[in-house]
Amino acid sequence: MQPLLFLTLLLLSAGAYYVGRRRALAVAGGHIRNLHSLPSFYGSYAALWCGLPALLVFALWAVVQPNLLVDWVVAGLPPELRDLPPDRLNLVVNDLKNLVGGNFVSSASDPVMVEAAERYRQLRAIGNTALWVVVLSFAIAGTAYAWRAISPAFRARNRVEGVVNLFLIASSTVAIFTTVGIVLSVIFESMRFFRQVPVAEFLFGLQWSPQTALRADQVGSSGAFGAAPLFAGTLLVSAIAMLVAVPIGLMSALYLSEYATPKFRAFAKPALEILAGIPTVVYGFFAALTVAPLIREIGSALGLHVASESALAAGLVMGIMIIPFVSSLSDDVINAVPQSMRDGSYALGATKSETITRVLLPAALPGIVGSILLAISRAIGETMIVVMAAGLSANLTANPLEAVTTVTVQIVTLLTGDQEFDSPKTLAAFALGLVLFVVTLILNIIALRVVRKYREQYE
Amino acid sequence: MSTTAIDTQIALNGALNRNAPIRQSAGAQVTDYDNRQTVGKITVDNPKMACREVNVYYGQKHAIKNVSLDIGANEVIAFIGPSGCGKSTFIRCLNRMNDTIPAARVTGLIKLDDDDIHAKEIDVVQLRARVGMVFQKPNPFPKSIYENVAYGPRIHGMVNDKAELDQLVRDSLERAGLIKEVEKRMLEPGTSLSGGQQQRLCIARAIAVNPEVILMDEPCSALDPIATAKIEELIDELRENYTIVIVTHSMQQAARVSQRTAYFHLGDLIEIGDTDQIFTNPRHKLTEDYITGRFG
Amino acid sequence: MNKATSPNGATPPHERDIKTIVNAGLARRHAAERRFRWYGLTAITLGLAFVVLMFANIINKGLPAFWQTYIQVPITFDAAALDPEGQRDPRALAGADYNALVRAGLRQLFPKVEGRLPLRALSALVSTDASYDLQRRVLADPQLIGTQQEIWLLASAAVDTFVKGNIDRGLEEANRPIKDNQIDWIDQLRAAGKIERQFNAVLFRSGDSREPEQAGIRGALMGSFFTLLVTFLLSFPIGVATAVYLEEFAPKNRWTDIIEVNINNLAAVPSIVFGLLGLAVFINFFGLPRSAPLVGGLVLSLMTLPVIIIAGRAALTSVPPSIREAALGMGASKLQMVGHHVLPLAMPGMLTGSIIGMARALGESAPLLMIGMVAFIVDVPKSFLDPATVLPVQIYLWSDLPERAFVERTSAAIMVLLAFMILMNGLAILLRKRFERRW
Ligand SMILES: Nc1ncnc2c1ncn2[C@@H]1O[C@H](COP(=O)(O)OP(=O)(O)O)[C@@H](O)[C@H]1O
Ligand SMILES: [Mg+2]
Repeated sequence: MQPLLFLTLLLLSAGAYYVGRRRALAVAGGHIRNLHSLPSFYGSYAALWCGLPALLVFALWAVVQPNLLVDWVVAGLPPELRDLPPDRLNLVVNDLKNLVGGNFVSSASDPVMVEAAERYRQLRAIGNTALWVVVLSFAIAGTAYAWRAISPAFRARNRVEGVVNLFLIASSTVAIFTTVGIVLSVIFESMRFFRQVPVAEFLFGLQWSPQTALRADQVGSSGAFGAAPLFAGTLLVSAIAMLVAVPIGLMSALYLSEYATPKFRAFAKPALEILAGIPTVVYGFFAALTVAPLIREIGSALGLHVASESALAAGLVMGIMIIPFVSSLSDDVINAVPQSMRDGSYALGATKSETITRVLLPAALPGIVGSILLAISRAIGETMIVVMAAGLSANLTANPLEAVTTVTVQIVTLLTGDQEFDSPKTLAAFALGLVLFVVTLILNIIALRVVRKYREQYE
Repeated sequence: MSTTAIDTQIALNGALNRNAPIRQSAGAQVTDYDNRQTVGKITVDNPKMACREVNVYYGQKHAIKNVSLDIGANEVIAFIGPSGCGKSTFIRCLNRMNDTIPAARVTGLIKLDDDDIHAKEIDVVQLRARVGMVFQKPNPFPKSIYENVAYGPRIHGMVNDKAELDQLVRDSLERAGLIKEVEKRMLEPGTSLSGGQQQRLCIARAIAVNPEVILMDEPCSALDPIATAKIEELIDELRENYTIVIVTHSMQQAARVSQRTAYFHLGDLIEIGDTDQIFTNPRHKLTEDYITGRFG
Repeated sequence: MNKATSPNGATPPHERDIKTIVNAGLARRHAAERRFRWYGLTAITLGLAFVVLMFANIINKGLPAFWQTYIQVPITFDAAALDPEGQRDPRALAGADYNALVRAGLRQLFPKVEGRLPLRALSALVSTDASYDLQRRVLADPQLIGTQQEIWLLASAAVDTFVKGNIDRGLEEANRPIKDNQIDWIDQLRAAGKIERQFNAVLFRSGDSREPEQAGIRGALMGSFFTLLVTFLLSFPIGVATAVYLEEFAPKNRWTDIIEVNINNLAAVPSIVFGLLGLAVFINFFGLPRSAPLVGGLVLSLMTLPVIIIAGRAALTSVPPSIREAALGMGASKLQMVGHHVLPLAMPGMLTGSIIGMARALGESAPLLMIGMVAFIVDVPKSFLDPATVLPVQIYLWSDLPERAFVERTSAAIMVLLAFMILMNGLAILLRKRFERRW
């Protein structure tokens, strides 16, 4: 990165704006009404011509230069180094870069390397100078072009607006590209994984121990990639979470919307929503250091064996985290039930709770189901709490007092620490990611549909 | 009409036990605009409900001002008046629906038979079971037709078994004149009916609990003329068994279905009397103007 | 009124007296009503109790970490040992044996201690950072050489934990990190007023460390700062531009429908999946460095984008059409109308949404684990490309460490994190209150 060059370019653009404006006033003979557009548009036009092409060149250069330099330097290395297999060569290049950066490396004493580093530095210096020259010439040439183009009839505004429009449209596609990026990256890597491990074995296998498949001769054939225990663990933890979150969240929402005084509501609703703003790592810490030991103590007091990292602890805390999610969505849904339904019920002599359980809840049911689906998808995708509190052992169990592991925990475990990018261990994380993405996507789509349908019903 | 007829009554019945007299003007032929005292006879011989000096406030707003009137047993009484005059507010006092509005405050005496409806020992649940209500916009619950009607009997525990409930639902639908149309579709959602049918379903729902009084707040204003005619017919039939209070903005409707009519204006009860008399011979300028369509 | 003597008896349902029937069930129904109400109140109390409990728990654990134990030790800056040449050459000064000074100082306090093990236990009273501390002091002020000074040295974590009362004296000696003789010395030092708790500046001054008493969150804070800066610089302009495009310019067609649905779904994609994207695309495909705030910022900006877009659109729709019509009526182009009139009015709402989005990004850790921001990094990052971690990930890393002193620091780091989040959300609320407009 070259912050100085960047700043210079910004300054030049500002200058170009001024020049363009002056030029426009000059060609118009000082009378703005002779111009097609306001003078500031001519200024912006010049500034864009000054900045954009130069910036483009700048960016391109910044991407290409390091690779080119490496190629050139490698080409100049003695043949015995140059012809090393790619991974070994990579190590040499890394050493070289460290040397260039002035760091101490083991090969510092090797004269060949020192010389190569020196050459690299020289080339880089030349390259950087060239970059300045080229970028600044583009800036000046662009300004000159704009300067010549400016005439009273010139439609500067349309041009400038065209560029802005382009920027707007490009921005709106970023979200699309993000989705495409997610889909492509997980699918691409998953396909490589499924070439080594059959899909059926991955989805239905009961044995998960990816760490044993590290040796190259064992790849994929060890049968250690059966993800069923992970899915079961995810379900167990999510189920516990929902058992906590749904009753508490729903009852809170009902109380707040039907019973609470406006004052209490104004206090309690935001206070409850604090739970949604607390980072998940904090919940994880709370689960691992406070809730899990507590559960273990209670368990042993009752004579039960509780694992130190139990599904119950993770699920409970995750449930707490999801309470505001359920409650605020349900609150919206319940408030969307028209007042006339309540009136109809009260007018027949129903009590509040009868009205709630017999009219409001059935009426709001689709919306509530939708929000619970969203909450489930949230629970399934939640990572930090389970990473910190649920553990790593892939037990296929329905006992909440035992340790289980989840899809997200395994993704994190497989991808942190040293990794080779091609090992099935790493690729398995992407396969799990694919499952996670697909499941949450389906849940979300159904939930959003249901909720929207429900809203329309009462509009 | 006799000009000397003095209908004024300050016949507070003994239970009222209050000294303040009811403002009620002597019935000159036509009372002037400025006079806001009730013209006409507020009492009846066999009252089902009696209201005395009822005031309603929405926060600072004084929506009902010192209204006193009787509602006779098995009569249909119509409340008319320009919109915003407090008809709905007043009718909602009769089954304490205003309790559900936090800002609303009701004072005065309202009696159902011999019970003060605001008394401690009267439960609002019981009151509303005795005084049913039908709303302006049909509001069937998002349940089946059957369940809509069965709702009241179920919550109040009126029946002992399914057979009785079936019987009660059928009876109620029959009395509401809906049975022929819905006999075959009892399990379809109530919202699948047409607007007029929905409103009759709401009436069936209200009479299923066998109330003593039925309040109807503009029950036909959201309906087409044919559906309206059906409901009006129904009201006439229901009069045999129930006391009915109906709010309407249609004077024709009031004239067609009611025996007595009360005219409200900006929170005041301006005039009350036999429907025939109100429409043929109003005694208050405001009533006259309203009847003759000068505003409304 | 005498329709029925027994309410549910032989009379047909329609003739039963509603008054008696209702009366019969009233007590039960009111009890059910009270019960239901009580459930609701319990639920909400539970929810609020969790908030209080969690905050109390963390503050209780974390508050002591803001103070740190120091021991006052007489240090003789012996010229012969530090600078035998007498040149005051910084290189020579830096290379001197400061550990010896610390040891000598401690022995001066407890001259009777003999033997290798006891002496080692004695040195273990102070942090291993003490010698670097002396080195820094000498380099900063060579005048110290040749003098004797009473210097407050950072105590070791075990001493600190003991002084804070978190190690039980009654425990068997083998089971506690601090031994009998050390306890004895600490008691003596305490009696002599040579043990003191001072504000824990180390926590805010240094990066991570294996030694609890030397570990700080400076590195994580800077990492978070750089990461969030990248996030903001990318997601804010792109988010605002997208919102403006969708709300003001886009034709309503299939394509914009797709964009819209896509944004809504993106908002609900689990954060860890964004981490996979970052790993596959930014690191493996584009070859950006692992552990760099730049990559972290890229990933978080993709996550924050939907939040900003959704908030931005809401802000734009709340600007009344009359303003647009007025601007267009004056002959402004559509872009001018948006730029001069609509956008400034919608800006507070957009900023509010962005701040909330940034607060969320600040607390995010899962996707950053994927792109290597979990390394043990001692140095405080100085740029977007230096290896770094962020505050929540630092919390995650520390929470794995068993020492009491780290538990304390983890809670303290959480308090700092929560303070930042409260600050940001408070700012958002303030902004909303200040610019709230009723049209
Ligand atoms: N919930 C309420 N809060 C405050 N004011 C109300 C409320 N309901 C009605 N009002 C006011 O009370 C007056 C009477 O309203 P209403 O009884 O609905 O009139 P009507 O039914 O005769 O049209 C009106 O001025 C209306 O604005
Ligand atoms: Mg009304």
